[in-house]
Amino acid sequence: METSTVTTNTVKVKYKQKSKLREMFRKLTRSWTGMLGFCLIILLIILSIFGDWIAPFDPMDAQLRDRLLPPLTDGHLLGTDQLGRDILSRIIDGTRVSMIIGLATAFLAGIIGTIVGVIAGYYRGWVDVVLMRIVDVQLSFPFILLVLVISAVLGAGLTNIVISLALAGWVLFARVIRSEVLALREKEFIIAAIATGVSKFEILVKHILPNIFTPIIILASLQIGTYIIAEASVSFLGFGVQPPTPAWGNMLNEGKDYIFNSWWLITFPGIAIILTTLGINLFGDWLRDTLDPELKGE
Amino acid sequence: MLDFIIKRILQVILVVFLALTVVFFLVRLSGDPTTLFLPPDAPKEQIEEYRELLGFNRPLYVQYGEFMFNAIQGDFGESLRSGEDALGLVLQRMPATFQLAISALALSLLIAIPLGVFSAYKRNTIFDRLSVGITVIGQAIPNFWFGLILIYIFAAQLKILPSSGGGSIAHMVLPVATLALYSISRFVRFTRSAMLDVLNKDYIRTSKAAGAPTSSLIMKYALKNSLIPIITLVALDLGVLLGGAVITEAVFSWPGVGRLLHQSLMNRDFPIVLAGVFIIAIIYAVINFIADILYAYVNPQIRVK
Repeated sequence: METSTVTTNTVKVKYKQKSKLREMFRKLTRSWTGMLGFCLIILLIILSIFGDWIAPFDPMDAQLRDRLLPPLTDGHLLGTDQLGRDILSRIIDGTRVSMIIGLATAFLAGIIGTIVGVIAGYYRGWVDVVLMRIVDVQLSFPFILLVLVISAVLGAGLTNIVISLALAGWVLFARVIRSEVLALREKEFIIAAIATGVSKFEILVKHILPNIFTPIIILASLQIGTYIIAEASVSFLGFGVQPPTPAWGNMLNEGKDYIFNSWWLITFPGIAIILTTLGINLFGDWLRDTLDPELKGE
Repeated sequence: MLDFIIKRILQVILVVFLALTVVFFLVRLSGDPTTLFLPPDAPKEQIEEYRELLGFNRPLYVQYGEFMFNAIQGDFGESLRSGEDALGLVLQRMPATFQLAISALALSLLIAIPLGVFSAYKRNTIFDRLSVGITVIGQAIPNFWFGLILIYIFAAQLKILPSSGGGSIAHMVLPVATLALYSISRFVRFTRSAMLDVLNKDYIRTSKAAGAPTSSLIMKYALKNSLIPIITLVALDLGVLLGGAVITEAVFSWPGVGRLLHQSLMNRDFPIVLAGVFIIAIIYAVINFIADILYAYVNPQIRVK
């Protein structure tokens, strides 16, 4: 008798999870903006992973004879740059850089912010006061300027730009997670757990953390676009990702000197940034509306 | 209210103090700036002499103490390049940046508020959908790229506006439009949702039922109340605009603080970087301060807290 109940329960749980994912997807097919975002993200993932095989040319291969070819000449769909490199191939290769930076930053900033937010919201007291003062102070300084100064000081490179973005971005996570934790603490099931003598740490791991996972994912998905644009801006200003590594921001930086004659150098990398950010934002908006309608409009 | 103001003033001071401290240590940790002034093959004695001359050989805490002591008096040292007073250079560039940021702010409010109000009023019509769609795309467009495209269209192709520099109204058009783009999207979205919130309130329904004309309904009752959250957003956005000005100024070679800061970061001219951060932190903190006061003034609930 005992064993059979257990098995039915596991089956039920499994079935529930599966149908939850299916339910999510069903909801996704009903929202065309969410679907558009989802498709764009799939495309970005494919380009990031299989870019080397998809790109028609070697993104680093400079052919000075073919420099500044306009789009649709000699097999160069989007033209070539000032060194004769194929722009489409460089944009495809740059997808990986942007995606890595966006995801890595969201991950790093999310972890730092969550740790700080949980500590502040759960333990309260003077720790909370000090941590939130730091967050307030940092939030009262322009984000992009902070990224610029930190990355200029740390020096160029992919790792450093991720660190700069995360150092500038974690505060937002900290603040949101803190208020989530504060609200959770007042919930009945937590109070019940405290009353029954469950240890503070166990409550944190078993009851608090699983319940803040959704807001973390929502916030992260909404922030990735900001990080990608910030990286492009900083790389455009000559810090961040350095040539010859193709990144959309430094492609625009190199292309701006040829703006008067060769429009394709600055046009296409920008469109790549817009489509990427748009896709991620649309999907993030949909995710927020579906998982947590209360956050809408914030 | 006085308590509230004093508390916020202390916070402004704290913000500026911490910003300076962080940037000071960041800058010093990034290496010795003396090497930048000398050829790579300079003899060791000469490097030492330079370090002593510029004071970089002393312990870090001594340098920090001296820096803070001088900073309080507005002395950030001289530009490592030109030898001019760092703070003076930054202040000189201030009006140009303000000109840009305030014009952009004015332009975006002028466009965004009517658009947001109308969008909310005509909720779920084609007009509303279109304006929401445009703002979603607008938020995905990088500011500096929009600037480049404007340069290509209006300076390179049509040749009706200058692509860079400052000094005349014509020089302002493209940078202001570039800077305004991002704010417009945010303002429209925000005004729309603030307006929708208010339009759903009972007193609006009541006055509608009582036969109040649409125009007075929107202007007198709804807009006035939805302006409260917009005040905070505008204040926050002026800060974002000042930050965004760094990039926009770089694109258009606009002679403001942003461009100076960018060049100084490139040249590792740290006194100017520190003076710039100081000024921006102060402005940002003061703007936030004023917004809080205004907010507390228009919304008495805050004061009681």
